[in-house]
Amino acid sequence: MTANPTVQAKPQALIDGGFPAGGLMSLPAVQWARANLFSNWINTAVTLVFAYFILKGLFGFLSWGVFNAIWSAPDSRLCREAKGVGACWALITEKYRFILFGTYAYDEQWRPAIVIVIFIALYVASAMRRFWNRNLVFIWVGGLALIGVLMWGGILGLKYVENERWGGLPLTLSLATFGIAFAFPLSILLALGRRSRLPAIKAMCVGYIELIRGVPLISLLFMASVMFPLFLPEGVTFDKLLRAQVAIIMFTAAYLAEVVRGGLQAIPKGQFEAADALGLGYWQKTGMIIMPQALRLVIPPLVNTFIGLFKDTSLVVIIGLFDLLNAVKAAIQEPQWRGFGVEAYISVSIIYFIFCFAMSKYSQKIEADFAQARNR
Amino acid sequence: MATNLQATVRRRPPPTHRLSLNDPVVRAVIYQIVVVGGVLLLAWYLIHNTLANLETRKIATGFAFLQREAGFAIGESLIEFAPADTYLKALIVGVLNTLRVAVVGIVLATILGTFLGIARLSRNWLLAKAASVYVEFMRNIPLLLQLFFWYVVITESLSGPREAVNLMPGVYLSNRGFRFPTPVDHPVFSYMFVALLLGVVASIFVSRWAKRRQEATGAQFPTISASIGLVLGLPLLVFLLAGAPLTMDWPTLRGFNFVGGASLTPEFVALLVGLVTYTAAFIAEIVRSGILAVSKGQWEAAGALGLRRSLILRNVVLPQAMRVIVPPMTSQYLNITKNSSLAVAIGYPDLVSIANTTLNQTWQAIEGIALIMAVYLTVSLSISAFMNWYNKHIALVER
Repeated sequence: MTANPTVQAKPQALIDGGFPAGGLMSLPAVQWARANLFSNWINTAVTLVFAYFILKGLFGFLSWGVFNAIWSAPDSRLCREAKGVGACWALITEKYRFILFGTYAYDEQWRPAIVIVIFIALYVASAMRRFWNRNLVFIWVGGLALIGVLMWGGILGLKYVENERWGGLPLTLSLATFGIAFAFPLSILLALGRRSRLPAIKAMCVGYIELIRGVPLISLLFMASVMFPLFLPEGVTFDKLLRAQVAIIMFTAAYLAEVVRGGLQAIPKGQFEAADALGLGYWQKTGMIIMPQALRLVIPPLVNTFIGLFKDTSLVVIIGLFDLLNAVKAAIQEPQWRGFGVEAYISVSIIYFIFCFAMSKYSQKIEADFAQARNR
Repeated sequence: MATNLQATVRRRPPPTHRLSLNDPVVRAVIYQIVVVGGVLLLAWYLIHNTLANLETRKIATGFAFLQREAGFAIGESLIEFAPADTYLKALIVGVLNTLRVAVVGIVLATILGTFLGIARLSRNWLLAKAASVYVEFMRNIPLLLQLFFWYVVITESLSGPREAVNLMPGVYLSNRGFRFPTPVDHPVFSYMFVALLLGVVASIFVSRWAKRRQEATGAQFPTISASIGLVLGLPLLVFLLAGAPLTMDWPTLRGFNFVGGASLTPEFVALLVGLVTYTAAFIAEIVRSGILAVSKGQWEAAGALGLRRSLILRNVVLPQAMRVIVPPMTSQYLNITKNSSLAVAIGYPDLVSIANTTLNQTWQAIEGIALIMAVYLTVSLSISAFMNWYNKHIALVER
């Protein structure tokens, strides 16, 4: 917080009895509070009003969500009795496996559980600078292959699970991760195309990017669910999950292309000219000189795009795929647990929040590191 | 002389028009032909397949279905709509509903977001922290999840009309939505509307005159108060001259629901609250970074000229902050408009929802989706065009 001038008061020497020399008012905490909470009468009023509402809300939430909550119950009878007074977390303890893994074969659910861990490991590895080299590609290819084997099965004695049965958090993570993995190379081509000097290619890339960015993701998902089948020759079908994935890739590529273009524009002209002077061709120049610098610059907005994509995967609910959000929605459709939607949605939003918050903190940290490196 | 010299130095042997792959021009042409050809081939393949599929499924193409009877009712509409009306009219209802939630959402999100952005910069620690916690929470949870949450809060957690929450006299919040009193229509209202328009026109003239006078003589004129006075005062004057004929239509509980007044449906309220609270978090960040982007020296310099703090904010800081704020704000406005399409998930009859019903009934998938995309593209391009115009209007005029 740059706007909060923190008081730089040195703690006074404590005299016997623990009271500082200047009385209670010179305690650092009191001085801080005077400067930041009670500096004038308006501030004091704002502080008091806000403190009242925050405490009231907090106590209300705690008494509903913790003290009076039903934590486990085999059915919803206890919850119905406590409705309005206490939260029904029993819904979650009863249905958490359905919410996390959807309709995946119950006995095989250790597989998607491992898949979630692999996804998180992939994200963590990508976030570490030590892996920012060619090894990252191998890590990703290996990780995604392992995920495919675990999810589908059919080999190594694993039971085959068709992807209509996939659901919950692994599906959300797959849609987001495969979305970014395939959209990224596509977006580099689109960004290069948009900056190309070849008019026909430039026009096509601009048209694609602006068209996709001008329409909502839902319209693309609808297109994937009702129009894609018409595009294919008679007899050829591919399932809904793959179609939604294609729509997400098309959508993300347009947004990522603009991010990459931002990075390309930030590269000084001298770099291009120096590469030309060395006699490098277009692809050598782009691949060895320009892109490594441009991509490094756009890591923070890239992470932000990924956060957006991660949140946007929830839209597949609308075309009926069983991602995390749809799984929780289905859980509260069950007559027994109907009426406890608030608890269900709060629980799932915690999962989304942890992923997105961690990524956004990471992106802020990287941005700060880069700014520091530039200002050195 | 100098130009002559340059000409002789730069003269190259005349280009030999030999077709060679080493010639960049030739390569550029070949690349483009290959890429465009590939894309056209793909397009032809897809269209060919689509036509064949439509043929076998006996689906007629074209927009003739728009004139057929829709046969479904729409929950809420700004214009009269009956199931006997055409699909075209149903879609227009959808467009109007989309625009309604988008416009109201943009206005409210801007107000809330600006307050939050300023609150994050407040010297009051509690206020700043509360605002930043709000922003972090809202930004990191999917909008669709938030919409479901609000919808569930309204329909499940609020009680029925009999035990409705009475916020103010005549304003009720229940699981049937938000009910509030409305003034009973009176002929004088149309005159008041004319007076409002006159007030707007007059205030434009006044502000132009005041600007010219200030540039010529340096004398200031309270343009903003005068404009507010004109825009609000003229209709009020008409109203008072007509003898203040105001009667309110109060909502009253009759049977199981309210009658009288006007109401907002749970779907509309959930969508609006969701869109506004979500987007306001993003707008808050934009406003905050915009204000932080104005350097401290600007405040100090303006203070040294003897300007009051409010004048500094209005005439020095905000105009500069706006240059940073407007471009990202444009994309937030576009996001509200596009995100309003999530309405389909909670049953608010926006364009996507009605188009979806239409294409389920008529099987005109391609036309339906083309219509959705065309409308959103038009709206997006209009908002961009307006904001670009505004951005140019406030941009720094450099030498």
